[in-house]
Amino acid sequence: MNDAFVLLLAAFTGYEIISRVPALLHTPLMSGTNFIHGIILVGSLLVFFTAQGFTAQILAWVGIVLASANVVGGFVTTERMLALFRTGRQVEARDD
Amino acid sequence: MIEGGLVSDLIACALLIGGVKAMSHPRHARRGIFIAGVGMLVAILGNAVFGPTVTGVRSALALVAIALGGGLAWYESRRVAMTAMPQMVALFNGLGGGAAALIVLTRLFEPGRPAGLFLVFGCLALAIGGLSFGGSGVALIKLAGRWGKPLRFRFQNGVHALLVLVILGLGTGLFLHVGSRSGLVVLLAVLSVLLGVGAAAPIGGADMPVVISLYNALTGVAVGVDGLMLGNPALIVAGTVVGASGILLTRLMARAMNRSLGQVLFAHFGEVAGTDGSGSGTFKEMDLADAAVALAYARRVRVVPGYGLATAQAQHKLAELTELLRQRNVEVRFAIHPVAGRMPGHMNVLLAESGVPYDLVQDLEEANPEFPQIDVALVIGANDVVNPGARNNPASPLYGMPVLDVDRARRTLVIKRGRGTGFAGVENPLFSAESTYLLYGDARAVLGQLVGAVKSL
Repeated sequence: MNDAFVLLLAAFTGYEIISRVPALLHTPLMSGTNFIHGIILVGSLLVFFTAQGFTAQILAWVGIVLASANVVGGFVTTERMLALFRTGRQVEARDD
Repeated sequence: MIEGGLVSDLIACALLIGGVKAMSHPRHARRGIFIAGVGMLVAILGNAVFGPTVTGVRSALALVAIALGGGLAWYESRRVAMTAMPQMVALFNGLGGGAAALIVLTRLFEPGRPAGLFLVFGCLALAIGGLSFGGSGVALIKLAGRWGKPLRFRFQNGVHALLVLVILGLGTGLFLHVGSRSGLVVLLAVLSVLLGVGAAAPIGGADMPVVISLYNALTGVAVGVDGLMLGNPALIVAGTVVGASGILLTRLMARAMNRSLGQVLFAHFGEVAGTDGSGSGTFKEMDLADAAVALAYARRVRVVPGYGLATAQAQHKLAELTELLRQRNVEVRFAIHPVAGRMPGHMNVLLAESGVPYDLVQDLEEANPEFPQIDVALVIGANDVVNPGARNNPASPLYGMPVLDVDRARRTLVIKRGRGTGFAGVENPLFSAESTYLLYGDARAVLGQLVGAVKSL
């Protein structure tokens, strides 16, 4: 039951923290939240470490591969996009 | 032991949420992804240290899996072009959904499998994860432009509704222990993937951003429900935050196109817009020298870039032209439609990449009131987002979508590759308007020639 409260609060948090995001950040933010759900890697590791049957172990192992790709890919793409945003002053500073 | 795991999960959640919060402002955005990255590391290491004790072989196997998945993703996402970013989001989102579904499969095949409420959570996570996996796959192919025509047939929504009912029935069967357990589980997984594919297949290209954002939110929900099944707070919090923020983002995007989510998913776009769209009326062309003069002696110029700019890899030439014009004291600003590019904000990323400062960029609300005072509006590879039919022609499929009012500028120059229609396949009366002049050609070549022509003035 405690988990239900956690879920409720997390849902409101998620809604609130991005309610005033400018359109120019929509794509990086989507990519960023795409990285956040890579937390599934924690779950994949957990079930792999506790899996007993052979099939279960194989499935869980494949899950780790997919989840790791989600984490790493999500991070790299988001970071690459965000590294590009600069103000006029920063652009001039870079060109000097 | 468990206490330590909870503490590390708590720290991880705070960092992940703080990271997303920081990412919602351009000034802190880059710091945000690093904060979230540290949170992810804390979560993974915390669960490794305080989690179940395992043999060395199994830890080694897990490390191999991480190196394999992470390594391939690293390689692919480092070298991919900025124009292909939407496909990358679709790809990694689909993999996350697949992983969420695999966790449930793993658990359902085990002897100590979940029962009661935990089984309900398991079936939900499996169905949503599978849906997201299948749908993201289709979105990936469509965003890469390899799908062709949207797949549509009669009673399509009926077939999908039937699929949903069958999936619910399978879940109920699992709950009541009817039939072969593994058979039901596998069927449930396969049908969920199929439903994801089916739901995305009929959706036209113009609506793809909304769909991929929705699947991103769905993966978040699947992760959160996985967390409920496993009783893991980090998964519950992070998954739910993504689900909730993703649904909000999806609604923001749909609103930017003046469409509801229901219209996107069930009333398939472009069904009425089957015209080849070369349009009626005459097109006036302008030669390069005249265009260069028009730009160089203008007081105020607005550039409206579309995806055509990016496909031609012309961002850098555009940045060069902008710099030249600004040296001549021409006021240049970029007017960006919320859905320019292939995803909302995508065009901002592409401009940022070519070195255009983001304080020169205006959004729709800022740009539109100024167009009547603009000397030259330069439209590059954009079509649907500057279609005045959306404002004044109730018969247009775009009717009601907010557009950039470039037709109200004193003069409009359009750089266009050919005479075709835009992504949505709709005719555009802007091109035959009184004040519009066309410059046919590849955007990069045309902009390069304009740079040369302006320099020689």
